[in-house]
Amino acid sequence: MTWILEMKSVDASYGGVPVLKDINFKVFEKDFIGVIGPNGGGKTTLLKLILGLLKPVSGGIIFNNDLINGSRIGYLPQISTGDMNYPVTVKDIILSGLMIGKGIFSRMSVTDRKKADHVIGQLGLEGMEGATVNELSGGQMQRVYLGRAIIGEPRLLLLDEPGNFVDSSFENDFYEKLKDLNDRMAILMVSHDIGTISAHIKSFACVNRSLHYHPSHEITNEDLLAYGCPIQLITHGDVPHTVLKRHE
Amino acid sequence: MEQSIFQYDFIIKGILGAVFASITAGLAGTYVVSKRMVFLSGGITHASFGGIGLGYFAGINPVAGAAVFGIMSALGIEYLSVKHKIREDSAIGILWAFGMAVGVIFIYLTPGYTPNLMGYLFGSILTVTNADLLALGTMSVVLIAYFGLFYRTILYISFDEQFARTYSAYVDVFKYITTSLIALTIVLNIRMAGVVLVISLLTIPPNIAMIFTRVYLRIVLLSILAGFIGTATGYLIAYVAGIPVGATIICTMVIMWIFAKGINQIRELFDHKN
Repeated sequence: MTWILEMKSVDASYGGVPVLKDINFKVFEKDFIGVIGPNGGGKTTLLKLILGLLKPVSGGIIFNNDLINGSRIGYLPQISTGDMNYPVTVKDIILSGLMIGKGIFSRMSVTDRKKADHVIGQLGLEGMEGATVNELSGGQMQRVYLGRAIIGEPRLLLLDEPGNFVDSSFENDFYEKLKDLNDRMAILMVSHDIGTISAHIKSFACVNRSLHYHPSHEITNEDLLAYGCPIQLITHGDVPHTVLKRHE
Repeated sequence: MEQSIFQYDFIIKGILGAVFASITAGLAGTYVVSKRMVFLSGGITHASFGGIGLGYFAGINPVAGAAVFGIMSALGIEYLSVKHKIREDSAIGILWAFGMAVGVIFIYLTPGYTPNLMGYLFGSILTVTNADLLALGTMSVVLIAYFGLFYRTILYISFDEQFARTYSAYVDVFKYITTSLIALTIVLNIRMAGVVLVISLLTIPPNIAMIFTRVYLRIVLLSILAGFIGTATGYLIAYVAGIPVGATIICTMVIMWIFAKGINQIRELFDHKN
């Protein structure tokens, strides 16, 4: 297995307050890692470090440069980023995924536009190329954002709480899409929804100041306790319900 | 004979003024309206009046004074809100009134000279000089070049700043440059529409355009067209009736906006029936 990303004894802090300590973590090709942990435990900070939005206080974050053709990272943020009234079309948003490495005088070539059309077809958004964001449903918007994340054929796809704006009609479809994409790219998915996460991932990482990697998708209470990973389970349903431990 | 030369000069000035005002206001206005910076722009406009007053008092060009005040206040508000050090709307409100107060104080302190305040507040055809037109023309070229070269970069930063930061190190640089250019656009258009009314010169045309399209580039083009019709018509009415030109331009534009809304309502009604 070839590695894509390595974090070596990374410490990170916000305004002098330490958030993450001594993170050692390696992502390999075809990984599908679920990142869980309590709020304020550092999940978002981990993403910011990988995206280069935050510089580590110490330690190093290295990408395997031998592998890179196309972009390194595709990023699907929570829906709250982006102005949902902005006069921008579906196709233009998807094209913005190609801005990495283009520089400020960016022009989109015919090849770029063909790539966008291909992604639009792949995600079932045909006929919506010229629609503006205010005309889209939550599920369609998420597909557009996914399109923006994958148009550059990244080696690593980062998903930040994708469950937040999946509409239920698209939810199964969405995770199927991720499964297909996982053949071509490693996926790192941050989620508080442990139920959804464990059905789709191959392994998980628990982030709470430090990072514990667990090479299986089975998450047990014992694991969570051992890692000091007090997560809260949140699900939505018509009837208030309690989740019981799985039968063996 | 003298009369007709004066008229000819006026018509040329009017047409050039309308062309440059609509280009600059259309480009800057679409950005301002899309990014919901209308209130910020209003603050910049009124803050720049302080510069006009200082210009008179110090005997320098009032437009230069206004430009300095406008850009400084724009960058100040942008910087402080990026650093989350202030409540942006409150800061704008304070700056808005402070700029006007400073302007009035300086103008009244200027010895032996009472400038045409009405002209600065509501616009005046007579105050538009060749130098003003040259400045507005240059500004048109600068804005076309800027938005033309960096169209996608500017569009994507405005739409989703956080995502833009993942691929560009120049997000803040572009925000500062764009805001400065908008401040400059506003200041140069004060000669046309006046301090009180110039903000509508930027905001009404994009709102007319957005009735018909939601695509950024088309909004820009349609804004420039709507802006030209409104400005040229307003100019003509102001000349014939001897009313401050800012007022006639804004009224013309609002009537256009209502008319466009009406056409759209009727069109929707028909679409619904079919």
